[in-house]
Amino acid sequence: MASAPGRPRPHYQKFLEQFEGITPAEFDEKRRAVDLAFLRQGITFNVYGDSQGTERIFPFDLIPRIIPAKEWEYLERGLIQRITALNLFLHDIYHGQKIIKDGVIPPYFILSAKHFRREFVNFKVPKDIYIHICGTDLIRGGDGQWMVLEDNGRTPSGVSYVLENRRALQRTLPNIFEAIGVRPVDQYPQELLKTLQYIAPAGIVDPTVVLLTPGCYNSAYFEHTFLARQMGIEIVEGRDLLVRESRVYMRTTKGLQPVHVIYRRVDDDFLDPTVFRRDSMLGVPGLVHAYRAGNVSLANSIGTGVADDKVIYYFVPKMIKYYLDQDPIIPNVPTYLASEESDRKYVLENLDKLVVKAANESGGYGMLMGPKSSKDEIEAFREKVIADPRNYIAQPMISLSTHPTYVGDGNFEGRHVDLRPFILHGEKTVIVPGGLTRVALRKGSLIVNSSQGGGSKDTWVLFGDE
Amino acid sequence: MLSRVANSLFWMSRYIERAENTARIVDVNLQLLLDSRHLNDQQLADYWMPIIQATGDDKLFQTLHPHATGDAVTEFLVFQAENTNSILSSIAQARENARMVRDQITVEMWEELNRLYLILRSPKARDTWEDSPFEFLQQVKASSLHLVGIVYATIVHNENWNFMQAGKYMERADQTTRILDVRHATVPPKGLPTSVSQTTALAWSAVLRSCSAWDAYKDLHGGDVTPVKVAEFLLLSDSFPRSVRFCVEELDRSLHDISGVPARRFSNDAEKLSGRLLAELEFGTIEEIFAHGLHDYLDLIQIKLGNISSSLFNTYIFQPFLNMEEEIMVQQEFQQQQARRIPARPV
Repeated sequence: MASAPGRPRPHYQKFLEQFEGITPAEFDEKRRAVDLAFLRQGITFNVYGDSQGTERIFPFDLIPRIIPAKEWEYLERGLIQRITALNLFLHDIYHGQKIIKDGVIPPYFILSAKHFRREFVNFKVPKDIYIHICGTDLIRGGDGQWMVLEDNGRTPSGVSYVLENRRALQRTLPNIFEAIGVRPVDQYPQELLKTLQYIAPAGIVDPTVVLLTPGCYNSAYFEHTFLARQMGIEIVEGRDLLVRESRVYMRTTKGLQPVHVIYRRVDDDFLDPTVFRRDSMLGVPGLVHAYRAGNVSLANSIGTGVADDKVIYYFVPKMIKYYLDQDPIIPNVPTYLASEESDRKYVLENLDKLVVKAANESGGYGMLMGPKSSKDEIEAFREKVIADPRNYIAQPMISLSTHPTYVGDGNFEGRHVDLRPFILHGEKTVIVPGGLTRVALRKGSLIVNSSQGGGSKDTWVLFGDE
Repeated sequence: MLSRVANSLFWMSRYIERAENTARIVDVNLQLLLDSRHLNDQQLADYWMPIIQATGDDKLFQTLHPHATGDAVTEFLVFQAENTNSILSSIAQARENARMVRDQITVEMWEELNRLYLILRSPKARDTWEDSPFEFLQQVKASSLHLVGIVYATIVHNENWNFMQAGKYMERADQTTRILDVRHATVPPKGLPTSVSQTTALAWSAVLRSCSAWDAYKDLHGGDVTPVKVAEFLLLSDSFPRSVRFCVEELDRSLHDISGVPARRFSNDAEKLSGRLLAELEFGTIEEIFAHGLHDYLDLIQIKLGNISSSLFNTYIFQPFLNMEEEIMVQQEFQQQQARRIPARPV
């Protein structure tokens, strides 16, 4: 927010002028009102492993993160380029595998990717789209350079907070909104519905779209009901669906009704116990068969998880070059592959300086923050990397940008933030301006995940640059 | 609508109604006891036990509490987590059902139900209870009535709404029979009671108050409280919104609105049974009921309501939920046949 100590960057100027008019007591009052509103509305996530069934609110910081129009325009171009390349990549590896044959990505990395579904090779997904909804995590380094930290091309969550944070802040700081031109975000559910309708099976004019949730104990359940309600579609659990003659139906009070498009928030592994995990109680037996028969469409498609693999992430800039013949607009964070001889040597020698991540973990789990870890932790990780180099990458410790955040007792301090925009890829690519800004509330912490003490902020993309 | 959703809406309404009725029973009887401080422990137990028996949870009560003291009874009815019908458990289950259909109910409804749940679960709830049980119970009753209003005023009167109505009136009818049953020991097992003592009159006015029926009854009969008139009012009144007849009529209407079949005809067992029960209540007299025996009659009504509830379930909700193992086999058999008929896709 500040360009030099004491001097705010120009696009924060207007906000600060307005914000200064709020007394500390008023601010405290507003903060409490918002927390209470979130709790009452049940905008909460479930904490796993808590026998009380406790629900927590995702802490919300009232100071918005502001992005000027020019900067957003740059990010938008970069994200569209990236989602386009990722979809071309997925289509390629499930069809001709040209990128492997041309030696850009060694076959070993694809074939050993945990979420590569070889059963779906040569299967044509509707409209050739694999990732319809993508949440791409962006960070800014010390020099202000934006970088992609990871792509979430399976079932990214968090968009409901984008919409609810905005509503909360509009209620809390109405005057400021009027004074500053902030681009709206509330079109997201309609855009999502359009994206889903676009992939309906051929010949279906008015498709029935449903959202498949793992159920009300899932940590993102609030988001599922929120989106279903906003889109005006049914939210279903696996037990509400049934497959007969390769077609999917839902059980209603008036009997069985056909379903054409499923926005599934259930992972591949749990979708269909006849194909994937046999012990899944969340899935629908026969669903994959109906999908293969072309009678029902899924978003996202099955097998997109290979693009989330952090080893495959390393190759995204190469994909952009290979498929689009362009240079990446938003760069990756520099990454070392533990499976490459020379990289591994460097990684093992510098474990105390690097961030090491497991290729298929998320939520801030399965990683080592070298500079902040004890000797024992580092040695434990060294053994893991040596035992299974394919599944580890390392990155330099990026000093994430910080953003003023309320820290209690009337004080504001800088806290590390990232940004997850939500990209919809249907007939066209649509990105609602902004995204979810997550903030590490603990002093000095770089971990923004809600499960580990993170909170969120509203993200304002301005109509102008100031 | 999804069968699962119908089921959740039905039960959400039932549990809200159940909590409200329990709150009223506890409230009225606590107040009544304020007037009779001279009762010894045995007399207190004799006073409270029929109330527990009427809820049908007396066995559970006895395993949890060796003595039927006032504190044990109120703990059991208000906070006890082991009692699935306590006020706290009922609201927790109502809210759990609401959570599963969050997208089907309005924000206003969810927020009020969630608010009540958060209050009841907070540590402050116990303090409020200790300070003033009446204020505490008033909160529950007021919130439940608030919810009735919110449902009426914010939810589209469609199939969803009808399932909620069905749940509410089913529960209310059942609760009214249970409240009536509390003082059945003061009347003969069969036949009309001959004389009414003052204590009995007092006990039966508590029955009226437990159904929020005191004012309505007084308008009709003045201050003359007799078991026969109270029972007649709470069973057969065609205009009091908590009488069994009124509730069954509304239940019957909701069932017909769901199916679209005109009144006095039926297309499924639930409608058949509710129509039959309604006719019985419309054309029954209180003399016949007492001749049959009040307690037995109330038992019978509870069984009939239970049968309507299970028929409703079978008709709309129990679209056979298949066994996962069986379903996996069915799918595999089907897919294998397909594989024989048409050549497999190239993989």
